[in-house]
Amino acid sequence: MGSTVETAVRPPSYSGPVEWLRRNLVGTWYDTLLTLLSLWFVFVALRGLFAWAFFSANWEPVTGSLKLFALGQYPQEDMWRPGMIVLTVSFLMGVSWRVWGGTVRTFALALAVALGVVAALPVEMRLPLRLWFVANPALVGLGYLVGWSRVVRSRWVLLGWILSFVATIILLNGFKGVSWLPKVDTAMWGGLLLTFLLALVGIVASFPIGVLLALGRRSSLPVVKVFCVLFIELVRGVPLVTILFMGSIILPLFLPDGVRIDRVLRAMMAMTLFAAAYMAENVRGGLQAIPLGQVEAAKAVGLNGLQTMALIVLPQALRAVIPAIVGQFIALFMDTTLAVIIGLVELLGVGKAILNSKPEWLLLDTEVYVFIAALFWVFTYSMSYASRRLEAALGVGER
Amino acid sequence: MKRLSLLVVLLSLLTLILSACGGEAQECPECPECPEAGECPECPECPAVAVVAAGGEILAAVKERGKVVCGSRTDLLGFGYLDEDGLNVGFDIDFCRAVATAVLGDPEAVEFVFLTAAERGPALQTGEIDLLSRNVTWTSSRDAQWGNFTVVLFYDGQGMIVRKDSGATTLDDLDGATVCVTTGTTTELNLADNFRGRGLDFSAVTFEDTASVYSAYEDGRCDAATSDKSQLAAIREGLAVPDDHYIMEVTMSKEPLTPAVPQGDDMWFDIVKTVAYTLINAEELGINSGNVDEMMTNDNPAIKRLLGVEGSFGQEDLGLDVDFAANVIRAVGNYGEIYDRYMGPDGDAFELPRGPNKLWTDGGLIYAPPLR
Repeated sequence: MGSTVETAVRPPSYSGPVEWLRRNLVGTWYDTLLTLLSLWFVFVALRGLFAWAFFSANWEPVTGSLKLFALGQYPQEDMWRPGMIVLTVSFLMGVSWRVWGGTVRTFALALAVALGVVAALPVEMRLPLRLWFVANPALVGLGYLVGWSRVVRSRWVLLGWILSFVATIILLNGFKGVSWLPKVDTAMWGGLLLTFLLALVGIVASFPIGVLLALGRRSSLPVVKVFCVLFIELVRGVPLVTILFMGSIILPLFLPDGVRIDRVLRAMMAMTLFAAAYMAENVRGGLQAIPLGQVEAAKAVGLNGLQTMALIVLPQALRAVIPAIVGQFIALFMDTTLAVIIGLVELLGVGKAILNSKPEWLLLDTEVYVFIAALFWVFTYSMSYASRRLEAALGVGER
Repeated sequence: MKRLSLLVVLLSLLTLILSACGGEAQECPECPECPEAGECPECPECPAVAVVAAGGEILAAVKERGKVVCGSRTDLLGFGYLDEDGLNVGFDIDFCRAVATAVLGDPEAVEFVFLTAAERGPALQTGEIDLLSRNVTWTSSRDAQWGNFTVVLFYDGQGMIVRKDSGATTLDDLDGATVCVTTGTTTELNLADNFRGRGLDFSAVTFEDTASVYSAYEDGRCDAATSDKSQLAAIREGLAVPDDHYIMEVTMSKEPLTPAVPQGDDMWFDIVKTVAYTLINAEELGINSGNVDEMMTNDNPAIKRLLGVEGSFGQEDLGLDVDFAANVIRAVGNYGEIYDRYMGPDGDAFELPRGPNKLWTDGGLIYAPPLR
């Protein structure tokens, strides 16, 4: 051939933010024009928003009802119970930070800093509450120190989390006739507490049920298979609102006279079943992604069916569908607001109640709903951030 | 195979766990003793919904539970709402407390079940609640389908709010007006009926929720807004300058707000009615929470009878304490006190003149049969 090989010129790499700005924002005359126009739009929009948020909005319904937003009507004298739960979470976060590291570190630090900042705020606050705010970062630190010890293993931390979930439910509910831990009717559970509980129970309970349904759907036993397919397709075929209404209005009609199922529990069951059906389909997607060779190899080394599933197939399958599962958890978290249509006083319901607690607040719906939206954003964004970090740590997108 | 059978076991375990924590199942009432051996009628394990017997079951269940289950709400200012500490307060809530005091002697012995509008009927039909005190309008079809409506405690009606500078005082002044209203409610239908009946022209601007209706009205997007008068009174105080607005004298619908009880338990029906009559008669006789103990020594036989000092008005037949009325008045006050607590001149929620809710002796509609 004789001719020299033309080497492609490597595009010059960007050197620093100033260069990037120059190149992308004011490269040509129309780039400059677009930049100026966009800046003007952003300025106008934000100015309106800021002017509203800082000058014309009346945040009184929000600042005056923080306890209601947090716990709903949970009795004043029993507030130590949710308080204890958060303290436990702080401690476990500290331990997990040391033992697991990674994303947990970010969250443990965020929790400690956020509560520490609130503790330092120069606002009127009862002393026990301020001490409680101080205690949380301290417990994160203590947990971190405990995590140094050799005895603390990953599985113990996991067990701690599971136990704390069970303890949470028991502590919040209490027992009838026990004087130091009286029963608190679930009607009194509300606000962020109830939103979290609905989401958490939905997430924790729907996961195993969803995995079982996914396995059942692939089963060779016709009865199991038909049941699972029917359940999944039936539930996926109706909106969550319908299922909640079924649970709240139609289910009691079928119960024997005098049998009452707690309303919060009914909502939890409805959300769990709904989430489980979607979870099953996600997991099934993961199962289908596992090549048959894996199963054959497992059989070849002498694993039985259960071992193959538990040790070879499921771990890979679940890892493959983490993004889908977390996406679904986020959706479930936001779906908890639908419980307001069956009369539960979760975050949105509390918002409605607060608007109606004083005539001066009746028309301040924008402020209250903006606050609720902001809260939701903080939590859902944290969840999706955690999921991205988890994916990166597991290297999901890289194979 | 092994794996699958394990699956099945796990699944059924889960269902078991889920159903086991299914709230407190109550004991079914026991079967009556058989008159003669061998002729015992088949006793169903649990009577079905339709076969609730004629009386006493609800009272017995309430006493065993130690709480009255009251269908209520948290989101209607004045009737069922939350105070600053998050406690349930309101006109409807106080009636729940009155019934709890009468039956169990404790105004706190109430388990609130917060219901949306759609759930009210089913909650009564299934007996999930003992008492529905949630701003319910008594209508004939609801009475036929839901349960038994007791005593009208609040005569409400649809009204109309306008800006004072519009000069409108009657519906006829609103010919051609735009009216803000919540969509898909009887309020919207009543609006159409009233305007069409008078041959008036109007255009409705509809919204999904109440707050939007009044925000739009305040922004001047409509000439008038309509809903129940009690709500208009509350909203008026929430507007920027309440005195710029005027609630018309006109009443466009009848909304008798009435507590209701499940069908089929006459005794419970009577108990709840008697509690309502007690509140009304107490106001008529001038007994209130402040003077109830002095009134014990009053010479008026009607007062003595009501307070359980002398004579009877059927307390024993209803399974209530002789002095239940005194306890109720001590706990929540008489009818007028409950009204004023929330809607009186210094009321906690908003001010609404009693109007039709005055006692019959003052020219209102609130009337109760004598307690004797």
